[in-house]
Amino acid sequence: MAAISLRQVVKRYGTGATANPVIHGVDAEITDGEFVVIVGPSGCGKSTLLRMVAGLEAISGGEIAIGGRVVNEVEPSERDIAMVFQNYALYPHFKVFDNMAYGLRIRKVPEAEVKARVEKAAKTLELSHLLDRKPRQLSGGQRQRVAMGRAIVRQPAVFLFDEPLSNLDAKLRAQTRLEIQKLHAELGVTSLFVTHDQVEAMTLAQRMIVMNAGRIEQIGTPEEVYGRPRTTFVAGFIGSPPMNLVPVQAEGGHARIGDHRVALPARAPRDGALLLGLRPEHAEPATAEGGWPFVVDLVEMLGAERLVYGQLAGSPFTWRIDGTLPPPRRGEQLHLQAAAERLHWFDPADGRRVEA
Amino acid sequence: MSAAAPHTAAADPLRPGMAWLAHAVLWLGIAVTAFPLYIAFVASTLTPSDVAQAPMPALPGPHGLDTYRTILLQGLQGTYLSPPVWQMMWNSLLMALIITAGKIVLSLLSAYAIVFFQFPGRMVAFWLIFLTLMLPVEVRIMPTYEVVSDLGLINTMTGLTLPLIASATGTLLFRQFFLTIPDELVEAARIDGAGPLRFFKDVVLPLSATNIAALSVILFIYGWNQYLWPLLITTDNRLDTIVVGITKMIGTGDATTDWPQVMGTTLLAVLPPALVVVLMRRWFVKGLVDSEK
Repeated sequence: MAAISLRQVVKRYGTGATANPVIHGVDAEITDGEFVVIVGPSGCGKSTLLRMVAGLEAISGGEIAIGGRVVNEVEPSERDIAMVFQNYALYPHFKVFDNMAYGLRIRKVPEAEVKARVEKAAKTLELSHLLDRKPRQLSGGQRQRVAMGRAIVRQPAVFLFDEPLSNLDAKLRAQTRLEIQKLHAELGVTSLFVTHDQVEAMTLAQRMIVMNAGRIEQIGTPEEVYGRPRTTFVAGFIGSPPMNLVPVQAEGGHARIGDHRVALPARAPRDGALLLGLRPEHAEPATAEGGWPFVVDLVEMLGAERLVYGQLAGSPFTWRIDGTLPPPRRGEQLHLQAAAERLHWFDPADGRRVEA
Repeated sequence: MSAAAPHTAAADPLRPGMAWLAHAVLWLGIAVTAFPLYIAFVASTLTPSDVAQAPMPALPGPHGLDTYRTILLQGLQGTYLSPPVWQMMWNSLLMALIITAGKIVLSLLSAYAIVFFQFPGRMVAFWLIFLTLMLPVEVRIMPTYEVVSDLGLINTMTGLTLPLIASATGTLLFRQFFLTIPDELVEAARIDGAGPLRFFKDVVLPLSATNIAALSVILFIYGWNQYLWPLLITTDNRLDTIVVGITKMIGTGDATTDWPQVMGTTLLAVLPPALVVVLMRRWFVKGLVDSEK
């Protein structure tokens, strides 16, 4: 088991004037035994970062240390890591047993111990009855479990997961998510998990790293990232549907929404443009006097709740309401309000959060 | 009926009309292919004077066993003192096997290098190999002869096989196959600690098994059927391959040709390639149509 340190990690493709930087100096500390999820949209560099930790991509700048040892120049097999790939990457001609045993046999682990370790892992993952099959005789979920088994038998210091659930259907994905959590609770191995799916990130992470365009936007627990997004990018990326961002004008200590004045936090600028953030689920119905005017455009029924798309003081706004309430009609004028602690303020110039 | 919907008829084996037509075409094909072989067989069982008659008898004669015993064990005793046919077949077999094995090993290794390794001049190497497709043996036969003769390899099995081993087709075939091996598999092996040779032995080779089998069939026949190069490079009758031997048996000018013996030798020459195809058919088809990934 080991901690992982990323210090000013840079990745560039190409050299000199044509160099194309994809990761711009990333810093992160992952403590021993922690489950950290790296989440971000496609092309944000999250997989590249993981592959640099694995040793599959060269590090163009900075340092990566695993368990206190700088591994920039260390071969993947010597880094004491195991990786689970999106498309499983099982050896197609090996039986399940041999797939899991291959790494150990290369390491010249005695055959009796190989057998013991593989069988133990197979039992944990409920694969015992499949050890004699070839990968093509297995379902997607079973293949994914074999891939995890291959990682477990290595008894590595770090698990790396590269979008391991993306090829599974929705039901299996939820189930495998739980299995991964259970496994981590059992083994307590430091884990780095890459995904573009924010639900996976929220449910699995002890801490999450939100990345965008080769930079870290925020590192924190799911509660922190959801509750106090540090940038408008995080506000829009975490949470479904994303946080509403309404442009407002600061006037003294207040912002104006329609005819209403909302008190600004103490450290907000006294005048100029601001972005008001409010999650769809945190808006509440209000009377005409106390509320902000909201005009309904479209309603979606999701079962437990409805998503109402409309305009709040001229800006697009999504409102999540209880599904048992009567559905609003198109064009209807409603009013909503929100508690002051539910409001987020951002500087529109750089997208940073204005701290209260 | 068949004119109205030929595509459905072809795909539907239950339509009696189409099935009949398809079988008729197949039988015609078989007859066209098999008839010359039958003639050769009949000729090999007759005496030379019977074969010289017009028309030649259509039914086998009584001398078959004598003919085959003579050519197999003694060889031809005319103007061309051929070695026994078993020795010519052995030469052909050896040559075909060496060419096949050599080409497979060489193409596997070169394709492995080109696909899985980054090195300066990688694409140059690939294109150079690719370009040799435009230079078959016949085109480069004079310089090749010069090289082989300077190396003192005339009248040797090495000289016979070596120039035929360098192969672009095999390299290209394996390159295309290797490119379909997912990157993640290579990476998983790296994390498992498999070095390049180990990955080649444990993963690439087993996955290429069907391709190797299919290519072996093609290359064996290619090697067996070589004519021009063996004819040039060997002057010693003991190194004659069977394909070269047959043509030498056919007398020129005033010399008479013992047609029963020539026909018998021809049939024997056809046997090994036919046997290889029949025995390897399942693997051959599998290697060409699918791959285990």
